[in-house]
Amino acid sequence: MLKRKCWLSFVLVCVLFLIGACSNSEGDNSSTAMSGDTNGQSSSQAQEIRVRINDDPDFLDPHHATASISFQMILNMFEGLFIPKQDGSLTEGVAESYEVSDDGLTYTFKIREGITFHNGEDLTIDDIMYTFERLMGLAGGEKLSNNFDNVDSIDTLDDTTFVMTLKEPNSNFLYSLTALQSAIIPKSNDGKHNENPIGTGPFAFVNYSPGSSLELKKHEGYWQEGLPYLEKVNFIFQSDDQAAVMNLLANEVNLTGIPGHRVSEVEGNYNVSHQNNNSSLIITFNGDKEPFNDVKVRQAINYAINKQDIIDSVFSGYATPIGSNMSPAMGDYYLDGLQEVYNRDVEKAKELLAEAGYPNGFSTKITVSSHNDIYSSIAQIAVENLKEIGIDVEIEVVEWGIWLERVYSGRDYEMTTIDLTGRPSAYEVLNNYISENDAENFFLFDNEEFDQVMSDVLLESNRDKQIEYYQRAQEILNEQVPAVYIADYQILWGSTNNITGLKSYPFWFHDMKEVKFE
Amino acid sequence: MFFYLRRIILLFITVALVSVITFAVFQVLPGDPIRTMLGTEADETQIENLRSELGLDRPLYEQYFTWIKGLFTGDLGNSIRFSMPVSTLLMERLPVTLSVASIALLIVLLVALPLGIFAARRKNKASDVVLSSVTQLGMAVPSFWLGMIFILYIGMNVDFFRINGYIPWTESIQGALSTLLLPALTIAIPQVAVKFRYVRTSILEQVQLDYVRTIRSKGLPEKIVVYKHILKNAMIPILTIFGLITAEIVAGTIIVEQVFALPGIGQLLITSISNRDFPLVQGIVMYITVAVVCINFLVDILYSVVDPRIRLR
Amino acid sequence: MQKHKKNINLLLGSGILLAFIGILIVSFFYTPYDVNSMDIPNKLKEPSTTHIFGTDEFGRDIFSRILKGSQTAFLVGILTIAIGGFFGVLIGGIAGYAGGWLDEVFMRIMDALMAFPGIILALMLVAVFGPGIINTSIALGIIAVPSIARVTRSGFVQQKEAEYVTAAKLIGVKNYKIMFKHILPNISSQIIVALSIAFAIAMLAEAALSYLGLGVQPPDPSWGRMLKDAQSYLINSPWYTYAPGGAITLLVLGLYLLSNALRDLMDPRSK
Repeated sequence: MLKRKCWLSFVLVCVLFLIGACSNSEGDNSSTAMSGDTNGQSSSQAQEIRVRINDDPDFLDPHHATASISFQMILNMFEGLFIPKQDGSLTEGVAESYEVSDDGLTYTFKIREGITFHNGEDLTIDDIMYTFERLMGLAGGEKLSNNFDNVDSIDTLDDTTFVMTLKEPNSNFLYSLTALQSAIIPKSNDGKHNENPIGTGPFAFVNYSPGSSLELKKHEGYWQEGLPYLEKVNFIFQSDDQAAVMNLLANEVNLTGIPGHRVSEVEGNYNVSHQNNNSSLIITFNGDKEPFNDVKVRQAINYAINKQDIIDSVFSGYATPIGSNMSPAMGDYYLDGLQEVYNRDVEKAKELLAEAGYPNGFSTKITVSSHNDIYSSIAQIAVENLKEIGIDVEIEVVEWGIWLERVYSGRDYEMTTIDLTGRPSAYEVLNNYISENDAENFFLFDNEEFDQVMSDVLLESNRDKQIEYYQRAQEILNEQVPAVYIADYQILWGSTNNITGLKSYPFWFHDMKEVKFE
Repeated sequence: MFFYLRRIILLFITVALVSVITFAVFQVLPGDPIRTMLGTEADETQIENLRSELGLDRPLYEQYFTWIKGLFTGDLGNSIRFSMPVSTLLMERLPVTLSVASIALLIVLLVALPLGIFAARRKNKASDVVLSSVTQLGMAVPSFWLGMIFILYIGMNVDFFRINGYIPWTESIQGALSTLLLPALTIAIPQVAVKFRYVRTSILEQVQLDYVRTIRSKGLPEKIVVYKHILKNAMIPILTIFGLITAEIVAGTIIVEQVFALPGIGQLLITSISNRDFPLVQGIVMYITVAVVCINFLVDILYSVVDPRIRLR
Repeated sequence: MQKHKKNINLLLGSGILLAFIGILIVSFFYTPYDVNSMDIPNKLKEPSTTHIFGTDEFGRDIFSRILKGSQTAFLVGILTIAIGGFFGVLIGGIAGYAGGWLDEVFMRIMDALMAFPGIILALMLVAVFGPGIINTSIALGIIAVPSIARVTRSGFVQQKEAEYVTAAKLIGVKNYKIMFKHILPNISSQIIVALSIAFAIAMLAEAALSYLGLGVQPPDPSWGRMLKDAQSYLINSPWYTYAPGGAITLLVLGLYLLSNALRDLMDPRSK
């Protein structure tokens, strides 16, 4: 009796497990689809690309999304009145043409005809009004963005003419009219923009499986004739670089970012393209705290840190040295030569430190985020470098959420290291350092001349003069050292050899519009 | 009867405590889910909008009771990070984790049981000693390293295996196995050592009992003694231990899913902790712990059905 | 024959542990290179006569860091078993000795804690305390409490009816004295086994936490962290993982073998 029961219960447990496994695997089919019989060959025939992305988008609703990783993907679905180009300038998108009044306050846009949304509806002026009313909180909902605080009114003149009036002139205003800040979305989709995003871009939404993938398909009615080439785009979320490289080697993805030290593993059999991503990797200080409120201390640290070592060790050489918060990716706006100013000079660093009143150095702490190993690696090199000039630095590693809360918004830190992601507009690349920009100026940099230059440039409509202002701003950052500027590290894209048409931008964007398999 | 009643009450107390611990831990956790999600590019308007939208500005006790109420109705709330119901996310990931765990359990059973019997029969002979040392080694290796080594030396060299991702059973059984076997093996190896030892000890304990001596003295062949009599009785404690390792196998999946990039519950848990996606973490942790508690409860009950003496303890 | 096998476990286990203690002592006085000094042009060099385990991604000597890492390992392990041991013995002792509702309350809480798979609890706790050697040890210590408490409790339950306890009670010895002066030494071997297992688990858990980016943080050399770092260079420099992975595996193996040997020694049936 005893024995039988015993066997019975044993079998019972086994059956329970099997039932658990089977019943649940039946319930699933569509969503966890990391799958299929895809290999390089079959996907090339199907014109379907599989792109690996590090993380999920924060929102699919372009007005709610803020993380650059989201726009990397969703910019394929949305367009604004203007479209950013690879060199950081703008071209007309949903707007066919525009005029600015002489006082710089009134912008009149002619809306392009013949644009359709992914759901087949024609884009109308009502959708443009709806988009901006939604962003500005004019239609009853809450304001979704601060970018349009300077807008006094919006209006339509006729079925294809849209007018925006500003409170004050702003030469950078057009940059807030790209899909990054004001993607045009259809009024008819109100309330469903996140679940079922609809835009006018070259690719339409198909499915989103959290933690797994975002699927897009070709927008048949796209207004640019003949584009896009691909039938399907599948963004696959994969946080581990190690696994991503293996995926590429196994032909399970066609395109992925790869860490510099892995390049040798894929070179030859795969295309590796470098892209200056217009970010600036910095080691920065809390400008309100002693001794970092002394410019000489900041300069001393700048001389002490071996930027080339960081580039070689952390990025295996795939990074471009910078001397202020701007990268060569910004073209004309970039001021060359600043990256040479603080070449490593330990003696000079010691002198400056002594002049500042710290001949024997001091002790401090560098707080870095754990979400990417590059930060703690950089910190380790900085610690060794600073030891040579007598500064004793302790490394504190915190999680990304805590870093954002404590360092970025709380400003409760002494030193930290981070990369500031690139944006298409030179103004937005530099405006972090404006003393009144509370939200972003976590360095607590406060320099009158810098503030003046940055407010003057907004009133300047001549591009050459704007460039002069922006270059002066870079000089100030280089002299005043609100941060040690290390490099714009390159994003290395490993792709299967049969892919062409990849484009790089001065911000994060996987533009799939002209990509095809050969 | 009292035994079962008491067990059931204890089950509920444990689950209630688990829910309090889970909820409490995430309240003292530093780090803001909203900022983590929106990153450095967020502006304050967006942060505040989202916070009130998600009800994160309500008092704690209110959030707790809403959550508990939801638990009973099967509504685990919405994930902050993914703006979808937690239960939907769980259901999507569950098959992956359950599949890996079941295969791992099967491997443990298929390996530990025969090995344990073998070692018990050859007690203290060289093969017994070697076996127990080798299995100990399996226990001592950090599982993620083991997983990586498998990927490097097996996954990348043997065509059958796919080194990451998951193919649902419904699509292809062979495909599912190609993604699940290596992770399951990685989880199973450290467990084999413990369970092998346990099987061996249980059998040895039986051998010393009088009935075995009696049977033996009747001159039955050794094989029959072992398989027919000893093994059946040794099954009781073995059953218990296999109930208990479910918790360990579930824990094993958490790390191993990372290594093999399997979109299961463990992977979801890790990302939701670093995202500070409290509703999601709470949902997953509750799900896992309640499952563990219930399996243990079930094993307890089965055990007492099999061996009524237990109830008196 | 029986004796022979126990000796193998005991010999191997204590041999390994002693070797690591030797490394620990040496590391306080001597490492071939400075553990943190970098030599980036010579990064990721394969094992050679100058660097017997090679160099890491910053050109640091891996052998020196393995030596120094033993300090982190023992610090984490010892702190973990100190915390886990103290609270585990206290809770288990009180629960077992007092019985009744105290026993119920303590054991229910322990049950609830044990319902969490260890790594989940560790993750949650490290997220609360933040990473770092001390915080990681505290988290791992807390995780060790329930199992140590259980072992202690069952020891106390067995012993409290023993004659020497009744005798001590009769002559009016205070309860806490009976608990810690009389009973505890009698069950110390069981507790030592539980502690050495907790030490081994702590090593593995630290490595797992490091793999997830938590755990011990740089520049403190920790085997778990080194293994995690080595992971990114696995394909081109597989040898990099062998030293830290091997160190963890060996130490854990030694601890397990030792605890098994001790358990067999204690088990009256195997005598």
